[in-house]
Amino acid sequence: MRDTLLQSLRPPLTEPAPAADDPELAALAASVKNAAEATLGRSLAIRHVDAGSCNGCELEIHALNNAFYDLERFGLRFVASPRHADVLLVTGPVTLNMREALERTYEATPAPKWVVATGVCAADGGVFAGSYAIAGGVSSVLPVDLVIPGCPPTPASLLKGLLALMTGRPR
Amino acid sequence: MSDPGAIFASPSEVNWFAAGRRLAAGEAALVSIWGDEGRMRMALREPDGALSFVDYHCDDGAFPSVAAVHPPAGRLERSACDLFGFEARDGPDRRRWLDHGRWPVRHPLGTPSAHEGLPDLYAFLKAEGPGLHQIPVGPVHAGIIEPGHFRFHASGETVVRLEERLGYVHKGVDRLMRGAYLERAASLAARVSGDSTVAYSIAFARSVEMALGIETPPRAHFLRGLMAELERLANHFGDIGAICNDAAFALMHAHCGILRERTLRAANAAFGHRLMMDAVVPGGVAVDVRPDGIDAIQNLIAAVRSAFPKLVHLYDNTASLQDRTVGTGVVKPNMARQFGAGGVVGRASGRDFDARRDHPYPPYDALAFQVPLRREGDVNARVWVRIDEVFESLDLVEAMLSRLPEGSIQIQFEIGGPREGHALVEAFRGDVFTHVRLAEDGSIGRCHLRDASWFQWPLLEAAIEGNIVADFPLGNKSFNCSYSGCDL
Repeated sequence: MRDTLLQSLRPPLTEPAPAADDPELAALAASVKNAAEATLGRSLAIRHVDAGSCNGCELEIHALNNAFYDLERFGLRFVASPRHADVLLVTGPVTLNMREALERTYEATPAPKWVVATGVCAADGGVFAGSYAIAGGVSSVLPVDLVIPGCPPTPASLLKGLLALMTGRPR
Repeated sequence: MSDPGAIFASPSEVNWFAAGRRLAAGEAALVSIWGDEGRMRMALREPDGALSFVDYHCDDGAFPSVAAVHPPAGRLERSACDLFGFEARDGPDRRRWLDHGRWPVRHPLGTPSAHEGLPDLYAFLKAEGPGLHQIPVGPVHAGIIEPGHFRFHASGETVVRLEERLGYVHKGVDRLMRGAYLERAASLAARVSGDSTVAYSIAFARSVEMALGIETPPRAHFLRGLMAELERLANHFGDIGAICNDAAFALMHAHCGILRERTLRAANAAFGHRLMMDAVVPGGVAVDVRPDGIDAIQNLIAAVRSAFPKLVHLYDNTASLQDRTVGTGVVKPNMARQFGAGGVVGRASGRDFDARRDHPYPPYDALAFQVPLRREGDVNARVWVRIDEVFESLDLVEAMLSRLPEGSIQIQFEIGGPREGHALVEAFRGDVFTHVRLAEDGSIGRCHLRDASWFQWPLLEAAIEGNIVADFPLGNKSFNCSYSGCDL
């Protein structure tokens, strides 16, 4: 039975990696000042922090681990603690009720570290901008290295963003 | 709830107390309780399935607590007090719920007052005895999930008490809704809980359509139904896989992840967005199904019909997996009934309720389907209800495709007010209740959105009692309550 099920994963479902001249990848890479690869090589540990998301972004971040996107083939992996992380992948408009938790997660992450604001809410508050209950975008609380837009960003966009963060400008 | 002093009670008081007594006696189910300008409002589900509404005018800024006689009202009442500044007279729990003392205002929907200084302290409930210890978890969790705090009191491995503290993702949706015109309000409703975006959009749209007396075109109803069932399929695949993954059975997770991804891709092909966000609007739907979208959905159904039964067989025949799910995290039927728990959580504990069948709305009123039911109330039962619902949804999608009416997908309408409307819509995790009050100019006066999770989260506290701490993730995942949907 299990052999049958393993067989049904073949041929691999995995999508090809984004092409080096992919316009979305190039645009994201152009916005990265300090690529992680120069410091850490081709491996990044990612800690996700939901700072007030509607949970739409989380669904698509989850999808990065499925057989189609298979994030770990690129040396990217999600870790359970900020102390193991190089990158904080932050979603949501940063609610005031989550602000301190986000700041403490950032402080618990060892340098060098990168912050990726994920989705339009994390970029500028999105539809929740102007509320009494939010700080309004991750950059109002933490230094942001990259913004991946979308509501929510597709797994393909997330993947390109993380690859762009790793390698920076196309050479 | 104290004695109303029957002789002098106003009609509003008499009705409010009568409603509380009937809830406490189990004669009606609480649908929701929420604040509005100067009053508290309550919706009940009567034994014949009809909804009834009761208002209480808080002339002295207070209302008689319903939670005092009917505990399921507790967190909803505390939220209304935080937002409107009312006092719940004789309320059993005076602690603030959504307001952590971190906003610049108190009572943002009532008479706001500035708030400065340190955040509030929160006094967790106690459990005392030799050898008991506390385990604080969250708000930032280890996985890719929403934030919330769980306070365990444990005796060795065994959970003696779990208390949830939520509110971390409170975004102020209720306040943003006030004064918003329909387009903006619809986009807010679509972002209350992203995994249920279609269900929320349908619920919001139906409330507005009821308020304004709009007849939505038949094709729009069927397209809404298609989207709702695709959303249910995607979430059930995700949940079945994730529950097994929390029992360290990653193979199921990998396969269910493939089915979930295929579902989202079909949704994208059909409606132009993987989660179908903003596709449902008051008056109909914003997008018609694309010509190749119907093929994409049919191919999806065929792929699932081929792959999913093998996965069900695998689940049913893996003893090490059953060892974790059978008998774990039991919700007793009387608790599910008392709390009016909807969705998978209720139906796995014998509460035979599905808004699609019991509060019928198009297109479901014209379609035949079964509502799967179990009584054991454990993690295994919640997995099986999801499995059985997948097959029902596949049938429903096929039926809707074969009977998809021709015609327009959206109707133009005049906005206006003051009017009110409500809706009860079955999301993948249970019934979403919405109540919309339109102001004179057609903008939102008050929009109350009540997720099914309000009546499920408290049951998780009860379900985990006496289980080991290591089984909590499994129990939690089998509930899969929404944080954002309750924190708003």
